[in-house]
Amino acid sequence: MNRGRIALYVLLAILLAAAATWAAGQKLWSVQVKDGRVRAAPSFLSRVVATLSYADQVTVVEEKGAWRRVARPQGPSLGWMHASALSAKRIVLKAGASDVKQAATTGEVALAGKGFNQQVENAYRARNRNLDYADIDRMEKWVVEPEQMERFIREGDLAASGGRP
Amino acid sequence: MTGMKRLSMAAGVLLLLCLPFLLAGCETLDQAAEIGANVAVQSGALRPAEANLLKTSVKAVSHTFKEITPEQEYYIGRAVGATILGQYKPYNDAALTAYVNLVGQTLAQSSDLPETYGGYHFMVLDTDEINAFAAPGGLIFVSRGLLKCARGEDALAAVLAHEIGHVQLRHGLMAIKSARLTEALTTIGMETAKTYGGEELASLTRNFEGSIGDIVKTLVVSGYSRSQEFEADQAALTILGRLGYSPAGLTDMLVQMKGRLKPGRPDFAKTHPSPEARLDEVRERIGRPGAMEKNPARQARFDRAMKRV
Repeated sequence: MNRGRIALYVLLAILLAAAATWAAGQKLWSVQVKDGRVRAAPSFLSRVVATLSYADQVTVVEEKGAWRRVARPQGPSLGWMHASALSAKRIVLKAGASDVKQAATTGEVALAGKGFNQQVENAYRARNRNLDYADIDRMEKWVVEPEQMERFIREGDLAASGGRP
Repeated sequence: MTGMKRLSMAAGVLLLLCLPFLLAGCETLDQAAEIGANVAVQSGALRPAEANLLKTSVKAVSHTFKEITPEQEYYIGRAVGATILGQYKPYNDAALTAYVNLVGQTLAQSSDLPETYGGYHFMVLDTDEINAFAAPGGLIFVSRGLLKCARGEDALAAVLAHEIGHVQLRHGLMAIKSARLTEALTTIGMETAKTYGGEELASLTRNFEGSIGDIVKTLVVSGYSRSQEFEADQAALTILGRLGYSPAGLTDMLVQMKGRLKPGRPDFAKTHPSPEARLDEVRERIGRPGAMEKNPARQARFDRAMKRV
């Protein structure tokens, strides 16, 4: 292999990296939680101003620590979400063959409702009728609201920031 | 050029080609290898067959628990929780449940993984056993027996933060046998239909059932590794610190457990390193904290809730 050829590869690699960086500027993020709570300020103690659905796509318009101010693509800012609620992968709700191929090869796509899903849970429950899913469903409804959490922190002399910045 | 030499040179070129993608934030090595190998083929550095060989060898080793999406983790967690509730009954006291969820969910939002697909939820189990379980995704169970070891809110917070640590570090998913995971993830990768047909569904359900079995066995019988337990203690200290709880909550809890755990019982004595070993490890990181400070407001609400245990 001659030097010219190696130089060509290096050049190609640099160009591709530059293209990837450019693409990142327009990046879309997918909501990877069931109820994507958007808050007025970057804190879990802040009021919920909107709730996005699983797989909804957003752009990030500002970052503050682990918080992201998000907007709908080409839309106005909605508010703040914690980074752990967002995935860099595009989450596809109704996957076609090309999405499945992309998910399997590039890892840039995640398939919603695939793999261990409601259908598998139903099949599993049919085989294991002794399991207690009623109490699990009940448990999932126990949600502490931001105002309760704020009061709990204040009254207990805990960190006023509500933990993590 | 010999075939071997050609392949090793091609691998070098491939690595070079992958590097920018890794730097540009490709999430996985196989993703970078895929792109790199394709570029190498297009430019003639690799024959397609050689490129496929390299791609496959990178892929074969990289099916891990990390590929489980939060959505799938949620269904795994629900099944693990339902299985645990097949063995233990919930302790139905609304005021106690509300208090434990206040402490627990406040701690969870200070963790490194505050958002999970279905969120963090805490349930008290009606047993005198000293035990706690964290199902993947954030369903956390603590026994009445364990709550009785806590002498203040800071100690209760330490227990819950330790369990949140297991969720955040995805220790439950790591307990799934890798062959099972590979089989399940391969089925998922091949499937295009909106709902699964008989054969795929049977295969996925079998792997699901096996995965739940692996996790429950680890939680209830064999326990996590010592290093995973120490990691969860470390995560607990971080979470406690962020929220302004005393790290002495954890040491006080461990001292209490040391006095109450009896070797041979099917509880923490079986699934966790001894409180002494955990105390040594914790003290190595934070020294010997003074006695657990009892903040009057926290103590009052803790005592009020614990009367109901």
